[in-house]
Amino acid sequence: MLLLAVDTATPAVTVALHDGDSVVAESTQVDARRHGELLLPSVDRVLAAAGLKLDAVTGVVVGVGPGPYTGLRVGLVTAATFGSALGVPVHGLCTLDGLAYASGLEGPFVVATDARRKEVYWASYDGSRTRTGGPAVDRPAEIAEQVAGLPAVGAGALLYPEVFADARGPEHQSAAALAALAAEKLAAGEELLPPRPLYLRRPDAQVPKNYKVVTPQ
Amino acid sequence: MADEPLVLGIETSCDETGVGIVRGTTLLADAIASSVDEHARFGGVVPEVASRAHLEAMVPTIERALKEAGVTARDLDGIAVTAGPGLAGALLVGVSAAKAYAYALGKPLYGVNHLASHICVDQLEHGPLPEPTMALLVSGGHSSLLLAPDITADVRPMGATIDDAAGEAFDKIARVLNLGFPGGPVIDRLAKEGDPEAIAFPRGLTGPRDPAYDFSFSGLKTAVARWIEAKRNAGEDVPVRDVAASFQEAVVDVLTRKAVRACKDEGVDHLMIGGGVAANSRLRAMAEERCERAGIRLRVPRPKLCTDNGAMVAALGAEMVARNRPASDWELSADSSLPVTDPHVPGEHHHGHVHDHDHVHEISKDNLYS
Ligand SMILES: [Zn+2]
Repeated sequence: MLLLAVDTATPAVTVALHDGDSVVAESTQVDARRHGELLLPSVDRVLAAAGLKLDAVTGVVVGVGPGPYTGLRVGLVTAATFGSALGVPVHGLCTLDGLAYASGLEGPFVVATDARRKEVYWASYDGSRTRTGGPAVDRPAEIAEQVAGLPAVGAGALLYPEVFADARGPEHQSAAALAALAAEKLAAGEELLPPRPLYLRRPDAQVPKNYKVVTPQ
Repeated sequence: MADEPLVLGIETSCDETGVGIVRGTTLLADAIASSVDEHARFGGVVPEVASRAHLEAMVPTIERALKEAGVTARDLDGIAVTAGPGLAGALLVGVSAAKAYAYALGKPLYGVNHLASHICVDQLEHGPLPEPTMALLVSGGHSSLLLAPDITADVRPMGATIDDAAGEAFDKIARVLNLGFPGGPVIDRLAKEGDPEAIAFPRGLTGPRDPAYDFSFSGLKTAVARWIEAKRNAGEDVPVRDVAASFQEAVVDVLTRKAVRACKDEGVDHLMIGGGVAANSRLRAMAEERCERAGIRLRVPRPKLCTDNGAMVAALGAEMVARNRPASDWELSADSSLPVTDPHVPGEHHHGHVHDHDHVHEISKDNLYS
């Protein structure tokens, strides 16, 4: 088994290879504006570091968000295209689940990433493998009561310390964690998600105002 | 490299997910998924809606094109993709897919210019482009007059719209007349039953001191809207067919007049017309008439090749391969304002090294099917 995992749903452009036992190679770059430029070279670098070629990959894992859409789609379309070209399955995982898994936390906690527009994407967990609520997108103040007193993981938590008082790392998504979680789930025969984006918001689409009168009345 | 390269082209600059496959100047497949219906209720293309639709449609459209062409991916000589200009988020879906596909197959990647592709597509219909070719590109997104001595390396802007694109004017007038979106086809249809000389709408930028090859449709749009309003305010019926015909006549008159003039001034004896508005029947008829009178050969591809599609991108990609133009890097960006003077986006390491695209092979050689 050789899984190629990619995630571009957060500012991190992150790629990892996992052979079923452990992570073989990984690359994580944090740059919110250059997902399109950075992802493919990262894949190439990770494969080169492992001394492997893309045709050795037996499955692709992709973070399906939630995350800002433009970046999120880079990972999803790359994963889908690899899957088609290689003839291998493409599995989706909630991006927040990767952060939860990487935290290694026991008991209840939350994961929050930056959704911009003064909102966070967030989900609640009971242990690093068990999501109990979400994902959702909300203003931090609106969920203050629900997250009060809970450890909180991710850049979204670190951004709003007044709401997430016990904010901690990991700050950024890692495809290594995502790959390890996927390998564990696949080994246990668990079903993963389809590789479809979790946008959580409707597209911004202003219906143009009715025809504006141009003649002075 | 093969004389007749087999190239797959991906186009996602606006609301059409297009994947085309060509062999040299022969069209093998032209698969399209359009999100136009999803935009209709907004009266224009909504970028985020378009981007979402591209993601959904991308892989199925690639697979459909391969099936339609009856070729296997491993036989391709290259993957071409629209790198710009266009909607940033929409372009990014196509560019990312093209990179992944080229990398997985171990093929060179060519990021190409959308406007140059609109010109090059005519090779699929009428054979190799004469050099130079004068091109009039008219759609909802662009109105340009371009002179192309070499479609892979030398495209020169002669003129462009200084405000609205021609297709945009059609959409806006259709909205004023409550005819829905997109406006082009319905105005064309109604105009056939109207009198093009019923109302004398203004011809923008045609005065003696105006720029010879630039266009302006904003003043025309306002004039038409005012005329309709005046009728409505006076409680009279709006003669929709006459308005459509007279408005269309004004647009088409300016477009063809300037295109023919550019050909004459530059001594070019071929004019190609592309873009969605090239499907307009009155534009075709008037261009034919005026070109014939001026001794210019007119080349207009069939309507399906005039609107945005993947075949046009594949056509330009094939020309890039045939002429040994350098491939793009894996860092290739989607560039929403890629200048028309850049027919393609060669890799960083290749300025001045036209015959060398080894870097693609360095990085991707034997990735698959080795
Ligand atoms: Zn176009």
